[in-house]
Amino acid sequence: MDDQGKIISPSHLPEISNELLIKAFQDMLFARTADQMIVSYQRQGRIFTYPPNLGQEAIHSAVAQVIKHDDWLVPAFREMGAWLAKGVTLKDLFLYFMGNETGGSFSSAHNMFPVSVPIASQLPHAAGIGYAIKLKKLDQVVYAFTGDGGTSEGDFHEALNFAAVWKVPVVFIIQNNQFAISVPLRMQTVSDSLAIKAQAYGMPGLQVDGNDFFAMFAAIKEAEEHTRTGNGPVLIEAVTYRQGAHTTSDDPTKYRTREEEEAWQKKDPVNRLRNYLIDKKLWEESREEELISQFRKEIDRIFVEAENHPSYPLEDVFQYQYAEMPDDLKRQKIEHERFLEWSRSRTKKEVAR
Amino acid sequence: MKIMNMVNAINDALDIKLKEDPNIVVYGEDVGVEGGVFRVTEGLQKKHGADRVFDSPLAESGIVGTAVGMAAAGLRPVVEMQFCGFVYPAFNQIISHVSRMRNRTRGKYTMPIVIRVPYGGGINALEHHSESMEALYAHIPGLKVVIPSTPADAKGMLISALESPDPVMFMEPKRIYRAIKQEVSEDSYSIPLGKGKILHPGTDVTVIAYGAMVREVQKAMVMAKEAGISVELIDLRSIYPIDKELLASSIKKTGRVVFVAEEPTAFGVGAEIMAIANEEAFLYLQAPPKRVSAFDTIVPLPKGEHHYLISPEKIFYEIERTVKF
Repeated sequence: MDDQGKIISPSHLPEISNELLIKAFQDMLFARTADQMIVSYQRQGRIFTYPPNLGQEAIHSAVAQVIKHDDWLVPAFREMGAWLAKGVTLKDLFLYFMGNETGGSFSSAHNMFPVSVPIASQLPHAAGIGYAIKLKKLDQVVYAFTGDGGTSEGDFHEALNFAAVWKVPVVFIIQNNQFAISVPLRMQTVSDSLAIKAQAYGMPGLQVDGNDFFAMFAAIKEAEEHTRTGNGPVLIEAVTYRQGAHTTSDDPTKYRTREEEEAWQKKDPVNRLRNYLIDKKLWEESREEELISQFRKEIDRIFVEAENHPSYPLEDVFQYQYAEMPDDLKRQKIEHERFLEWSRSRTKKEVAR
Repeated sequence: MKIMNMVNAINDALDIKLKEDPNIVVYGEDVGVEGGVFRVTEGLQKKHGADRVFDSPLAESGIVGTAVGMAAAGLRPVVEMQFCGFVYPAFNQIISHVSRMRNRTRGKYTMPIVIRVPYGGGINALEHHSESMEALYAHIPGLKVVIPSTPADAKGMLISALESPDPVMFMEPKRIYRAIKQEVSEDSYSIPLGKGKILHPGTDVTVIAYGAMVREVQKAMVMAKEAGISVELIDLRSIYPIDKELLASSIKKTGRVVFVAEEPTAFGVGAEIMAIANEEAFLYLQAPPKRVSAFDTIVPLPKGEHHYLISPEKIFYEIERTVKF
């Protein structure tokens, strides 16, 4: 697709039903709506730090249309559309960014890892899951995400190497959104591309326009077929742009220009796919307005539900550290409860006075 | 019963559990064909297949990081770090994921991983091959850290580790890998983790040690006996969870405590023992609790290591000073 959503290379157009294509677009709209609402909740002080997804939705939606129920997702932290496809509930997502592990466990998502905050450290996990799949002869594929900054970490290289040596079913996806917080790609690497790094590990590497849903869908599909049939891992570099800030605590005006942002906005993945769909008479603007207003109501309802989630009990700090709580931890808990009791009785006395 | 050294006993435990539990995989640098640089895993690949006992690429973070994925996907990985001084590239995986995944995911994913680490000095080795860094791991919430001192303990404790629902740093005192031989049951048996053991009851002073230092304390006890000092020797066995109850009751009984270890002294396991003596037995103490542990320096290369290693004589010297305080 070009920037206007016109197909420029018909021979590369992947086979996809109109129905699935519309679903893929709606998934992108939903993720974008939720993402923008979360940023505004954060601005209202109703949620803590949050990493916006704006501009990268085509990558996530492409994975969402291909990933199967038993496949694994090993996320970084900026791929909401893929999380939702794995069954993460919005309530859990909200709870996580409100600072509650109950949400961050993603308990409703089958075969999905939690967010890995230390950059790229999740990638060896994907290779290990791949080994288990191979040993147990399961029909599963692992999708593992990282960013352009992550490719500088040792774990990126170790994970690719282990996965390739063990020939395990992993699709590694780099979301090259041009910046690691404030550091531009040219300061991460002087390689011709990020995809080319695959060559050093003896696996296929694909560089894809991450803002072109069709290109992403074709790449994910091809990688999935390659790896599921026992040919080892694949690396995909999805070239995109983080239209928003790194997180709600970041200020991109310090490290990039308005012109650059505008140039990338012209390649916006949602606009491109919308133009294509409208051109093919598969979509109308009026339908979109109605849908987004439905989404907003639904998202807000769930957000309020998350806000009313019961408070975080002391027990939860202790009970998940070990299968069986060591005596030392039991004592620390009892001693703290004793203090709390003392504190409560002191407050009561103050009130009586 | 069969005469075994610690290498044989660990190998036997792995062999038994590989047979019993199809989810166990054993891997690391050189552990497959060669059986590890200390030959601990020798013969296991032939018996159990190269898909369950294998050599991995040479990358510690990759080894532990892949174990995290395997554990979440239902395997029970046993990884070998070739030497204690080589664990550091894997430290991020250990502290950021192995120890936290259960808590982070509220029990959705657990980490039944055993990380085997040969540790300690006294083997005339190169730099980075003689370190005793158990305190680093004991400080991390979510891990268990255990150290056997005999072949029989090594087997029973490793079997427990291989049944543990939580990650275990299984640290092996390589100096006594082959130094102690004893009769060990050929059956599968387990020794609970988190429990210390009174090896020798006594009345004048509690001496707490683990790993290779237990044997050094036993040598010092010959001198103590000649001097008329009755030593209660405790093999700590588990650094975390620590057997506070056992330590406190012994220290209350004797009123004196000497801790012996190869670790650097400051902020170490010994500091925790000193805290236990003070917090749990303050009014019973008749002498200041004492640490006999290594200098806060890098382990010297072999020509200088005699300055650094803890000798039985030094242990006796500190025992006597504590008793005569």
